[in-house]
This record gives sequence, structure tokens and C-alpha cells, in this order.
Amino acid sequence: MALAFRLNGEDVLIEHADPSSTLLDWLRDAKGFTGTKEGCNEGDCGACTVMVTDSRGSKALNACILFLPQLNGKSVRTVEGAAGPDGSLHPAQQAMVDHHGSQCGFCTPGFIMSMVTAHTNGATDYDDQLAGNLCRCTGYAPIIRAAEAARDAPVPDWIIRDRPVDPGPQPLMPQSADELAALYAKHPDATLIAGATDVGLWVTKQLRHLPQMIFLDGCVDLKDIEVIDSTVRIDAMADMNALRTAMAPLHPSFAEMLRRFASQQVRAAATVGGNIANGSPIGDTPPALIALDATLHLRKGDNRRELPLKDFFLDYGKQDRGSGEFVEAVSFPRQPDTLKVYKLSKRFDQDISAVLGAFNVTVENGRITTARIAFGGMAAIPKRAANVEAALTGQPWSEATIQAAAAAFDQDFTPMSDMRASAEYRLETARNMLSRYFAEMNGAAVSVLEVKP
Amino acid sequence: MSVSKPLPHDAAELHVTGAARYVDDIPSPSGTLHLAFGLSPIARGHITGMHLHDAQHSPGVVAVLTARGLPFSNDVSPSIHDEPLLAAGTVNYVGQPVFLVVADSHRNARIAARKGKVDYAEEPALLTLDAALAADSRFEEGPRIYQKGDAAAAIDAAARTVEGSFELGGQEHFYLEGQAAMAWPQEDGGMHVFSSTQHPTEIQHKVADAIGLPMHAVRVETRRMGGGFGGKESQGNALAVACAVAARLTGKPCKMRYDRDDDMVITGKRHAFRISYRAGFDEDGQLQGVEFLHLADCGWAQDLSLPVADRAMLHADNAYLIPNIRIESHRLRTNLQSATAYRGFGGPQGMVGIERVMDHIAHDLGMDPAELRQRNYYAAPAEGGSAPPAPRSTSEKMKDNTTPYGMEVTDFELHGMTADLLRSSDYAGRKASIAEWNKGQPHLKRGIAFSPVKFGISFTLTHLNQAGALVHVYQDGSVHLNHGGTEMGQGLFQKVAQVAASRFGIPLEKVKITATDTAKVPNTSATAASSGSDLNGMAVKAACDTLRDRMAEHLAQQHQARTGDVVFENGMVRIGQDEMTFDQAAALCYQGRVSLSATGFYKTPKVEWDRIKGQGRPFYYFAYGTAVTEVAVDALTGENRILRCDILHDAGASLNPALDLGQIEGGYVQGAGWLTTEELVWDDAGRLRTHAPSTYKIPACSDRPDVFNVNLWDGQNREDSIYRSKAVGEPPFMLGISAWLALSDAVSAFGKAYPALNAPATAEEVWRAIRRVRDGV
Repeated sequence: MALAFRLNGEDVLIEHADPSSTLLDWLRDAKGFTGTKEGCNEGDCGACTVMVTDSRGSKALNACILFLPQLNGKSVRTVEGAAGPDGSLHPAQQAMVDHHGSQCGFCTPGFIMSMVTAHTNGATDYDDQLAGNLCRCTGYAPIIRAAEAARDAPVPDWIIRDRPVDPGPQPLMPQSADELAALYAKHPDATLIAGATDVGLWVTKQLRHLPQMIFLDGCVDLKDIEVIDSTVRIDAMADMNALRTAMAPLHPSFAEMLRRFASQQVRAAATVGGNIANGSPIGDTPPALIALDATLHLRKGDNRRELPLKDFFLDYGKQDRGSGEFVEAVSFPRQPDTLKVYKLSKRFDQDISAVLGAFNVTVENGRITTARIAFGGMAAIPKRAANVEAALTGQPWSEATIQAAAAAFDQDFTPMSDMRASAEYRLETARNMLSRYFAEMNGAAVSVLEVKP
Repeated sequence: MSVSKPLPHDAAELHVTGAARYVDDIPSPSGTLHLAFGLSPIARGHITGMHLHDAQHSPGVVAVLTARGLPFSNDVSPSIHDEPLLAAGTVNYVGQPVFLVVADSHRNARIAARKGKVDYAEEPALLTLDAALAADSRFEEGPRIYQKGDAAAAIDAAARTVEGSFELGGQEHFYLEGQAAMAWPQEDGGMHVFSSTQHPTEIQHKVADAIGLPMHAVRVETRRMGGGFGGKESQGNALAVACAVAARLTGKPCKMRYDRDDDMVITGKRHAFRISYRAGFDEDGQLQGVEFLHLADCGWAQDLSLPVADRAMLHADNAYLIPNIRIESHRLRTNLQSATAYRGFGGPQGMVGIERVMDHIAHDLGMDPAELRQRNYYAAPAEGGSAPPAPRSTSEKMKDNTTPYGMEVTDFELHGMTADLLRSSDYAGRKASIAEWNKGQPHLKRGIAFSPVKFGISFTLTHLNQAGALVHVYQDGSVHLNHGGTEMGQGLFQKVAQVAASRFGIPLEKVKITATDTAKVPNTSATAASSGSDLNGMAVKAACDTLRDRMAEHLAQQHQARTGDVVFENGMVRIGQDEMTFDQAAALCYQGRVSLSATGFYKTPKVEWDRIKGQGRPFYYFAYGTAVTEVAVDALTGENRILRCDILHDAGASLNPALDLGQIEGGYVQGAGWLTTEELVWDDAGRLRTHAPSTYKIPACSDRPDVFNVNLWDGQNREDSIYRSKAVGEPPFMLGISAWLALSDAVSAFGKAYPALNAPATAEEVWRAIRRVRDGV
């Protein structure tokens, strides 16, 4: 396929692009732009971070799991383009030199591009902005000092000038949900590429060849999050950072979990639809959405259907999705916020959950009227704790009820042991999360993240 | 003078612009071929058949090599020739290279490597320390034992005792740049190799053996590594040798880099240990005797395991004068990756052992652990320096200030450093307020801990303590600098350039730093053991001084002055009343036919060591550090984090305080990572399950302490090191032990029993420890 985008301010036209080529390989092998590094080739280290700008703004993305067609019409800036045309350093680059933010220097280009993007966007939550960039040398302190030092410098004009280009129409790159529906119905065996944060690894790690790929990024009508009086509707192509922003005022605990969901780069690419349709038992949004009583909206051609999200997950790797059918949106009713989401992982930031518990318990006049509790990491699918819910419902909201319900976890879950956690730890901490929920709803401090020196 | 200035890393601007070239960034000639290994999927067995047809006919494949196709030596071991490049007959771990694919692209090589099928007759694998011990599977004939006094008798006679055993996990280096090499065949069959290695000379040696040529036919260049941490001391051999063999076969340049997952599966890691201990002490906490049993998991090949396990024994005392001690060390052979060098080289494991003992004793006595540690410190040097020695109970102790291996401790800085740090960090005040805070919290507790570091500086293999340098002064006054050390981010090149600039009295910009190159400086030691600036700084100093003396002699003659009156300063050369620029001086010397090129050489004085007896002076001096860390833990999940860390570290008279602070901050975070989130997990078949950053969790940005105060101790090396500085690469890593001890302190707030934490103290391990403490077991 033919692609057009801008690279460091210059127009690029690729007449015959291999759609499964990653931006990283193209930069390094075809362009000889070796500043962008391969550290892990799976989106976990950030050494390949680049800044991608389109009409919705600038994002830091991992070039190692970004397919070339995902860039069509966009403006890409690599570390080679962080400094100005006359060689003057970007404020983030100068600050990294001044504050000794590089040692071996291999992660540095990725850090620079995350910092340039944060600086461009005026973001100053540096621990979150840089959570997707690993450094093994510095211990991060000088990097944060550098980011802070560059904070108030104006955005350089060569960065401001980054604008998307107008791409022509492309086959396999639908521009609307309707186009996608028609195309996918015609090519039901094609692989749908939204953010590619999972499918990217099929190519880079499993070395798979993907014969046909449909790129969804052009479907702008699938990217909205609509909050109305009765419902919240999240389109499938809404990315995780957009979801986080939307959830912050409605369900702040959900938003806090999303702060720790992967990394800034991955959240900027990963979509809600992908996180659901992928069917992973350790996807982090399904348990929270199930606890919010979410409905999934599926579409095939012009046929649409809805089902409770919890029923979408049938078994490990198996979902209730027909050939040529795709996730169009997920919605849940507006409700008073009693949702708490607890993500348990070896590392706080950018780690896959060992256990993810989502609790949503309604109490009226001292009695539990409804309980929706769902877990990731506890079964082959994101799964509701039906027996726990039953043990709670109708009971007084009390320590005794919580204690009594704790036993029901054994009926709901038989988790497994793996490199993230043992089965015993998973089961016991899931149980403890219910105690944590009770404590937190009663105003207690429950997280070490809240403890300050 | 350039020395002691906080200058940025010499390549900082290249780093931030992406211009800094690593091996995989070097433009490769067209026709360059790419390599990938086919790996063993089983942990132990015999190869019974190979079916490589599909690999050979995979797109882009030029050749597939097996052990039989290797022309000369099939060996990439840094020690005893027990590590073939390609498995010959048997395989010994999951991930062992079995065949080598040569293809037209990195991806095609990887794809083909997965298509080769190999038949194996599997044998039972030894995957645990217990299994290896039961099978008596070990390196060396039996355990090494170092001792002083009679530990068993002293412990038996002591008023109180503690004993225990704990697991101490290994650690993946996770250098951000994976292993990489490229070999260019030369017109005469020689080989020019670019390697991401800490040890170019060893690469040269192994490549020469593999292509059947003398070392002079192989030139190895290393401009920089994207991190090393010990992981590129021996682990790069396989890639460079594979490239050279393939380049010899095809006549084409060959390049190899490991995909991250391959890198983690193939290469060695820090040695995991199980440490058992028994300690006797009196009611005041004075140590009477300690016994240690070290079980080291060396993996399948010897690599550097013997000196690593030795160094663990040599740090079993850390900062404490132990009158009676016995350390027994078993170097066990398992069917896992061959454990290798990693920052601290066994020292951290040994040190965690004794710090665990001190923590346990303090808990047993209900004594403040910092107080207990200070009571057991070695004595301070009599003359000058820091605080007076701690009072000792017997006159015998007044005299004895020797380590378990018979080395007199003459430079002990920790009394003064500890007092300073405990004061500046408000250790006592915070400890009291933490205890108060903990009372009001059912699920959350905080903890605080102090720990000291005394780390021995020198290679324990004495002959490695040598270095060479090559310095040219050009007729325009610019200086070309080369030495045997390699740059992996630590700032060695800048420090050494600062030395050169200082010797000539010229601005740093006049000194050109060049890639490490075996054709310029031969027979180098690995850049390891924190020795880089000590050794190479001295060698460069010697070369510069030779040149300076030659210049001074010539200029003095010209000006009818004495050589001693020629002064090199501020970019100028003064000869009595006359003055000229250094550039003019260089031009004059050139015209006067003075040789303006010189080598320099240095060997560390005073060191001598018998590793079998465990007696001697293995170290030229000790580097010291102190840290106080505060943490918070959650009983419901075991989640934990570092809140604050205060460090006071001894870099002697620092050559570059900015670079040294960088080593300290980074070392601490890496050390804390080792003991907290960095968990290596193998399954029952010996497969490493944590083989990518998705599953192996090094510290991320937010894992650094919220408050992080790092300062340098205002002192200087009591030995005659380069400008009286001290080595700083490894020692700060062990400051991270304070984080693990702080977790122990926080966990102990949940009950009466001793937490007995294992390492790494992941959230799950902390959760288990809290449960143990609450149940009182």
C-alpha cells in the first residue's frame, strides 16, 4: 500500500509499504535513522518512543509495535528531529545534558521523545508520563530533575509546526464505522488493527505473517466517549488515555487504575475495544466495566446486537463474537460512584495485573442492595464473583457481613500459579480486597501509594 | 584543573540527540548478513538428531551451522573451556544455542531459527540448589572454607544465638542495549570486530581461537555499550565468535544481536544464593562468632562463578569485626543459564548475609539495629580522619582489626559517615514518629533501616590489576587518548579524559576520547570490579607524564632552563619567565623531533591473595557507603514502596562528583530493585518464565524514593589512587540492602516474630512474611 506522512517536518511518501512493517524497523533499516532504539520490541521499555501528531494532538508512541499504515496522514517526530533545524537543542535535551540524565544513553532517545511530548502537551505528571520508559543506569532522579527544569521553557517553533498531512483514501483503511462494517463483512478473516499494542507482538515476537490487515485508526466516529444523563457510551476506538480522562470525574478509582494501566505510550495507542475483544483474562478494563454493569455493542455489516459484557467472555481465548463481527462500543448506566478498582502487580506502574478486583456495592439504609464484583487474573476469563455477590446482597453493611462473604471466594475462583503470583496469593488477596473495599468505603487509608514520606 | 569538576558525560549531547552510535547503529556494508541461534527447548539431554532442512530453506537463509561445521575451537567460555558456542552432543539448559542461522536479515534469521528441529534424549535436569546438592553437582572438588578463630565454639559459648536460612534470588542485568556484535572479514583472513563488550581483549582471544589465527589477526573495537553491569563481561563472546565464524565462512560482514527474549533466555544472570547462618553474641549485641553456609547457583557452566562465590565470602563480614567466623561456600552446578558477573560480583550476596544476621540479632535483642551495627564496626584508623574507634570489651579486640581473610582494615570510614548520616536523615526522630504512626494503622505500616557498605576494590585474580594507555599529542596541541577501559555509561571516558587534561594543564576539549581498541592498547582486563578509573586513570596519567617530561626536557633545553621549571597550566606552558600556549609547545617539540606518542602502564601495588587458603590482601582499599531507607507496606496485599532514602557515600576525592552521584543514585535503585520487584521465575521444566520486561520488573520511574538525598563523603583515599579518588561503580549497589531491611522493619510491626524475609521481597513475599509474623512462626 502507498502511505504518506511527515517525518521530522518533511513529507514522506512510501509507494509500496509492507503493512506489517513496524515504524522502528523502517526508521532504522530503510531510513538509517538509528537514534530510535530497539530495547525490547514489545512496547515495554520505551527506548523506541517517538512523537506522533494528528488533528487530535500529540502522543508518545512505541515505534516497535506501530505498523507503518497507522501513521498515514500523521506527523512523526523522532529523536533526530527533537533538536531544531539549526541544531539547537530542545529544552528537554539541554536539561538532560545539564542534569546528567543520561549515562549509557541507550534509553535516552526514548526518554527525550516522551519528555518532548509531555512538554508539548504541557503535561507535568512526569512519573506517569515516563512510566513507560525504563532506565537501568540513573535511578531516574536526574531525569525527573531534567524534566522539571525544562517545564517552563516555551515549545520550540519546529515542534509547533508539526501538522498532519492529508492522506488520500486507502484500501483496508476505512474512514468510518460504516466503511469498516462493510469491509470487515467482506474480509472476515482479516486482522483488525486498532492500537496494535497486542497484535504488534504477534509480528515482533511470534514472527507471524498477517496476510490481511484492516487499519481502524481512520474511523474517527469510533473514537468518542459520550456521557449523557443516563448512560456512558465508550466507542471501541477510544484510547486508554481518553478513557482515563473521561472516568476521572465519574469513577475516580477506575481512572486511578487506568493511570497504572500499561504506560503512557501504550495507553495512547491501546483502545477500549481492543482490550475487550482481545478476550485476555488479564485485560484490566473488563472487570471494571463488568462491575459497572456494562453492555457490549457488537456489529456485523448493518446488524447490531447488544449483550451484557460479562457474557461476552465464554472461555479462555473464546468470546461471543461472530465472524466479521466487531466491537462498536461499550456502555454502562450513569450511577452514583461506589466503584473501587484494585490492581495488584509486582510493580506499580506498567505491569500486567496478577489480580485485578473491581467492586461496586450499593448500600441503602444500612443494607446491601446490589453487589457487582468482578476480577481479572483469577480465572480463564474476566469473571464475576457471583457467590460473593450473593453472600453480600441483602445483608447489613458490616464487618461481619464482609467476613462471612469472604468464604464465598473459594466457590467463585480457582486461580492458577504463574510467574506473576501463586494461586494461594491470588485467592487470599482477592479476599482481602473485599476487606480493603469495606475499609476504603468507610474512609480508611488503604494504599501504600497514599503514604507520603 | 579538569579533575574534580562535575562535568557532564562526554557523550551526553550525542545521547540526547540520538547521534551516539551503538554496535547495531554502525552503518553496515551492503551484503551484511545477520545471525540467530536455534535454542535448546529442554534443560538437559543428548542430541540424537538434527533436522535443519526447513531452516536451511527458509527465505533469505545463507547457511545453517552446527557444532560439527565449526572450523576450529568451539568454545566461548571465559574460564575452563566448558561452554561451547554450539552444543556438541549434549544440552544443559533451556536456551542453549544449538545451531546458528546465517541469513540476509535479522528477521529472516529469527524466523529460520524457529524452523530447525532437533531430537533429544532427555535426562533429568537439576533445577534447584537442593537437587544439585543431592547430586553433588558442583564446580571445584568441594566447598571452599574461609575462617578466622573458632566460630562454632564461640557461638556455643555465647550468651545468645540466632540462626536462620533464606533465599536470595538472582538478577537479570537488563542492560537496555541487548548483546550485539559485528565482524568484518579482512583481506588477509583477519577479522575486525565491533562488540558491545566490557572485555575487548577476551573477545579478541576467543575470536582468534575460533578462526584459528593468532590474536594479532583480530582487532576488537568498542566505542560504548548501552549498559553492561557485568552482563557484558563474558556474555558477548558467543555473538562475536558466531559473527567471526560466519564471516570467515561467507566472506561477508556478519552481524548478530539478540532479541530481548533471546537475550534473557540465553545469557547468564546474577547468582542466586541460599544463605544459612548461625550467630552468637552477648547481651550488648557484641558479635562473638558467625557461621555462614553459602549455596551458590552457578548454572550449567563455570564462567566466572568461582571468583564470584569467593567475593561473596570476602564480603560476609561487611563492616563488622567478627572475632570468630567460618564461611563455607558451595558452587553448585544446575541446568539453568550459567550465572555470571553482575555489579558487585558476589559481594552483594555476601553482604546481604551478614546484614540479615545483624537485623535478626537486633530483633532478638530489641536493640536499635543502627546502634548494633555501629557497636560491631571495625576500628577507625588511629591517625586523623573520622570518629574514634568504638570501645571494645577486651584488649585482644583492641589489637585485632583484621577481616576473616587476614587483611588489616586501615581505612575504615564508617564511624564518621554513620554518625553524619543518622543525624542528617533524622534517623532517630523518624524512627520514633514511624512507631507512633504505625500504632494507628491496622493494614499499613512503615519501616526504616540503616545499612553500611564496605566493599573491597581490586580484582581478586591479582594479575588482572593492570592497565595500559596510549596517548598522542599532535603538532597542533590536540591530544588523542586511548586506554583499555570500556564505556558502558559510567562516565569512565570522561573521568580519564579529565585526568589527561589535568596532567597537560589543558582544557578538556583538547582531549579526544576514542573507542577502546585492541590494536591500540593490548592485553587489557575487563572493565569490571569497579576498577575502570583506578586502573586506566593511572595508566593514562603515566603516559601523559611521560610525554610531559619529554616536552619539558626539550623546552627547558631550548630556554636554558631546568626541566623542573617547566609548568603546564591553564592551556599554557611556562618555562621560567617565558610562556607559550600548549599548542605552540607541541609544535616546537614536533619540530625538535620529540616523540609525542607514549604508552602508559599501571599495576596496582600491595595486593596479594591466596584464594584457596583464603588469606592475604585481595584488595588495595575499601570503598564505603551508608544509607537510610524508609518504606511502607500493606498487609492485605503485601504491596510496598520506598518513601525516602538518604545516602552518604565515599568516593574518595571524587574525579567527577556529578558522574559519581549518578553511579550512586542508579546503583541504589538497581540494588533495591534486585531485592524487591525483580523476580526470576523458572517453571518445572527449567524454562525461564520471566524473559521480557513484561514479566521481569526492573524499577520504573515512580519506584525511586519520593525523597532521595544523596551526598558524597568529604574525604580522600588513604591509598595512593588516581588523585586520591575511589572506585564507585559497584559499591553503591549494595546501599539498596537498606530498602530490604526497611521492609523487614515494617513487617515486624505486625507481630512479635522475626519477619525472616526472603529476597526478592515482592509484594507476595512481603504478604507471606506479614502472615508469618502475625502467626508468630
